[in-house]
Amino acid sequence: MIDFLSIDLPPLLAALFAAISCALLGNYLVLRKISLMGDAISHSVLPGVVVAFLLSGSRAGGVMFLGAAIAGILSALLIEGIRRFGKVESGASMGVVFSLFFAVGIIAMEQAAARSVDLDADCLLHGQLESIFWYPPLELSRFFSWSTLALIPSEVVIAFLTMLLTIGFLKLFSKELLLSSFDPELSTSLGFSSTLLYQLLMVVVACAVVASFRIVGSILVISMLISPAASARFYTERMKTQLVMSVFFAAITVFCGYTAGAFGPLLFGYEHSVSIAGMIAVSGGVLLVFSSLLAPQRGVLARKWRQRRLALAVRSDDILALLYRTEEQGGHLSRSKLLAHFFLPKRTAHVLRQLLAEGLIEEHGVQLSLTPSGKARAEQCVRSHRLWESYLVETAAVDRDHVHPMAERLEHFNTEELEGALEQALGELPTKDPHGKEIP
Amino acid sequence: MSLTLSSPSSLVDLSFQVPTISAIFSVLTLHAGYNAAIVVVGTTLLGVAAGIIGVFALLRERALMADALAHSALPGLGIAFLVGTALGIDGKSLPLLLCGATLFGVLGTVVVQLLSRLRRLHEDAAIGVVLSSFFGLGIVVMSIIQNSGSGEEGGLSHFIYGQTAALQARDAFLTLGAAALTVIASTLLLKEFRLVCFDEEFARSDGWRVSRIDLMMMTLVVIVTVIGLQSVGILLIIALLVVPPAAARFWTERLPVMIGVSAAIGGVSGYVGASLSALFPRFPAGAVIVVVAGVFFFLSFAFAPARGVVALFVRRFLLRTRVTEDHLLRELYERLEQSNGDGDSLLRIGEGSRVVSLPELSTYRGSTPFARWLHRMLLQQKGYLTLTDRSTLLTERGYLAAARKVQNHRLWEEYLLTHADIPASHVDSSADLVEHTLSPEVVEKLKRKLRQRGTAVPESLHPLGSAFEREVP
Repeated sequence: MIDFLSIDLPPLLAALFAAISCALLGNYLVLRKISLMGDAISHSVLPGVVVAFLLSGSRAGGVMFLGAAIAGILSALLIEGIRRFGKVESGASMGVVFSLFFAVGIIAMEQAAARSVDLDADCLLHGQLESIFWYPPLELSRFFSWSTLALIPSEVVIAFLTMLLTIGFLKLFSKELLLSSFDPELSTSLGFSSTLLYQLLMVVVACAVVASFRIVGSILVISMLISPAASARFYTERMKTQLVMSVFFAAITVFCGYTAGAFGPLLFGYEHSVSIAGMIAVSGGVLLVFSSLLAPQRGVLARKWRQRRLALAVRSDDILALLYRTEEQGGHLSRSKLLAHFFLPKRTAHVLRQLLAEGLIEEHGVQLSLTPSGKARAEQCVRSHRLWESYLVETAAVDRDHVHPMAERLEHFNTEELEGALEQALGELPTKDPHGKEIP
Repeated sequence: MSLTLSSPSSLVDLSFQVPTISAIFSVLTLHAGYNAAIVVVGTTLLGVAAGIIGVFALLRERALMADALAHSALPGLGIAFLVGTALGIDGKSLPLLLCGATLFGVLGTVVVQLLSRLRRLHEDAAIGVVLSSFFGLGIVVMSIIQNSGSGEEGGLSHFIYGQTAALQARDAFLTLGAAALTVIASTLLLKEFRLVCFDEEFARSDGWRVSRIDLMMMTLVVIVTVIGLQSVGILLIIALLVVPPAAARFWTERLPVMIGVSAAIGGVSGYVGASLSALFPRFPAGAVIVVVAGVFFFLSFAFAPARGVVALFVRRFLLRTRVTEDHLLRELYERLEQSNGDGDSLLRIGEGSRVVSLPELSTYRGSTPFARWLHRMLLQQKGYLTLTDRSTLLTERGYLAAARKVQNHRLWEEYLLTHADIPASHVDSSADLVEHTLSPEVVEKLKRKLRQRGTAVPESLHPLGSAFEREVP
C-alpha cells in the first residue's frame, strides 16, 4: 500500500492531470485543424528551457517554466508571422520554425553539458515520470498537515494547477471558443476577436505543454494533446460530449499506459519496467486506431457493416423482382440460372438461403417460385421500379431506352411517402410502365 | 572548461576557442583529415538531395508527412537491433538498422494516409498522433534495450539527435548514391512531379497515374530521410527537407530555379554546418546544419526581392505614401473649390501659387502629425507645394496634379453611382478605396464610357468637407 502511495500514485496523478488539460485543449486544436501547433510548441520548448537555465543558472521549476512558456509563445507567433507575411503554407511554416527552435535547443544543451551540468537530453524526450516520488507520513493522523502537503512533488502540483487553469479558461470562454472555431468571421463581427482568442488559446496550450513535457517528454506530449480528442471525434458530433469523452479517454490512456509500462513487462517475466511515458503515447495511438475501427456509427467496421446490410437488402429485392418478372412472363427460374444472373454468386446464394428461410421463396426440385408473401414483397419492388420508370419518362424526360438502369437503382428508394409523392407527380396513376408492362 | 553549478555567472559565459585561420582553411578545403572530409562531403550531398526532393514535398504539402516518417523510424531502429542481436548478427549493422527504419517509417506514413482517409480527421491530426505514438513505441523499445544491460543503446540514441562523427566512408558513398538517385529521378520525372504538385486534378483527368507518381515521390523522400537519420537525426531531418525549399520559394516563381536554389541552400548549409561543427567543440553537426539553413531562410524571408518581407513593406509603404499624397492633394483642391464660389481670382495670392492656410488642414484625414509633415515634405520635393511657416501653398504644377486626382476620384464616384448602384452617400468612401489603382489608360476608358468631359473636373456628387465632418445628405 505504501509502495503504491509513494511510487505509483504520484506519477499516475501527475500524468493524469497533465493528460486531462492536454486532452481538453486538444479538442480545439483538432477542431480548428491546427493539431500540429501543439507539436510545434512542444518542440520549441526545448531551447526555452535550456536557455532559461543557461541564463539564470538555476534549475528551479519556475524559471524553466517561464523560459519554456516564452519560447512556446514566441514560436506560435513566429509561425503565424511567417505564414502571413511570407505567404508560406502553414505546415511548412511550422516545420521551419519548430525544427529551428529545436536545433538551437540542442546546441544550447550541448553547451550546457560542456559546462558539466546534468541537464539530460534524454529526459526531455522521455520526461521524468519514473522519478516522481512522494514520501507519505506513516501515521494517518499526520496525513493532512501542511508539512505533508509541502512534500507533494512539484510536478503533481504544477500539473494540477495547469489543469485548473485550463478548465477555468475553457469554462470562461466556452461559447466564444466554440463560435470562433466554427465561424471566425461571425465571432469577430460579434465582438469576440477570433485572432485574439486564437492567441489566448495558444498561450494556454503552451502552458499545458510545458507543464506536461516535464512529465512525459516533449514529443510524447503531442499524443496526449491529440489522441483523446481525435478518438472522441469518432463517437460524437457534439462539442460538449466530445470534451467529456476526451477527458475519459485521457484517463484511460494514462491508466493503460501506466499499467502496461510499469506492470506489463512483469507479466512476461521481464524484471524491468519499460518507459511509461512511451507506453502512454502508444496507448493513445492504439486508442485512436481502435476508435476509428470500432466506433459504433462512424467507425470503419460500422460503416462496412451498414454497407453490407444495404447491399444484401438490395440483392434480396433484386432476386424477388427477378422471380416476379420471370413468373409474369410465364417462365420458371432454376437456382443455377438465378445465381448466374448476378455478380457475386456467393452473396446471391447467401441471400437466397435467407429468403427461403423467411418463407418468401419456395424450392420445388430445382425450380424456384415465390410464395404469396414473397409475391407481395416482389410486387412492391416491381411496382416501385415501374413507377420510377414512368416518372423518369414523363416528368424527367429521360429516353425510354435508358430508363431501366436508372430505375434499377432508384427502385430501392421505396418508402411509402416517396411512393405517394411519385403518384402525385404522375398525376393520374398509370397502369402500364413505359415498356408496356403492367404496374402491379 | 569544467565549471560548477554554483557559479551561475560563468554559465552565461558563452565564449569559445576561436580556431586558427589555417584550421578553418583546412576544414573548408577538406584537408583536415580523412574523417572530417567524409563528414563534410556526406552532409553536403545530403543537403543537396534533401533540398531537391524537399521542393516537391513542400509543393505537394507533404512536408510534415516526412516528419511523421522520421519519427516513426525510431521503433524500427530499436526492433531491428533487437532482432539482429537475437539472430546473432551484429545489431548495429547499418543496413539492418536502416531496413528497420524504412519499414516502420513507411508503416507510419501508411497509417497517416489511412486515418486521414476516414474523413473524421484532418491530416495534421493523423500526423500528430502517428508521430508521437510511434515515437513513444520507439522509446519503449529503447528502454527495453537499455534495461537489457548490453550498454549498446548508446549507438542507437545517436539516431535521435544525429551524430555526424559516426559517419564512415561507406555512409558517404550511400549518401552520394541517394543524392545521385534524387538528382536523376527528379530530372527525369520533373514534368510528372510538376504536374501533380501544381494541378493534381488536371493530371488525373489527363490520364496520369497520380498515385504512382506520388509513390515515386514519397519513395525518394523516404530514401533521403532514412539516409539522413544517422547524421542529422530523427528529430531534425525534417528541417533539411523543409527549410531550404521554403527559403528558395521566396526567390523565384519558377520550379527549376527553385529546385536549383533549394539544392544550393541545402548543400551550402550541409557544408558550412559540418565545417563549423568540426571547428568548434560541442556543436553537434545536425543542429548546426539546421541553424545555418535557418539563417538562409530568414535572410530570404527578409530580403528576397519578390516575396521578401522588406520588399513587401517597402511596396506597402510606397503605396500608402501615394494614397496619402493623393488624399492631401485632393483635400487641398477641394478646400480651394469650396472657399471659391466666384472664380479663381481670390486665390491667386502667391506668385503662380494658390494658397490654403495651414490650420485648416490640421484635421486632415486623421493621419498623425508626423505623417502629415512627411507627406508635405515629399510633395514639396516634387514641386507640388511651397511651405511657408503659416501656410501651405499649392503651386501651379501641384494644382494641375490635384485637379487630376479630383477628376479621377469623381469619375470613379460617377462610375460607381451609375454602374455599381452605390448610393451617393456612400460613393465617396468607395471611390477612396479604388481611385489610387487607376492607370491613365483606365481613366481614359472611363471617361469615354461616361460622358465626354475633356480635362474639366466634374462637380462633386455630394457635399464637400473633411472626411470626418462629412454628413450623409
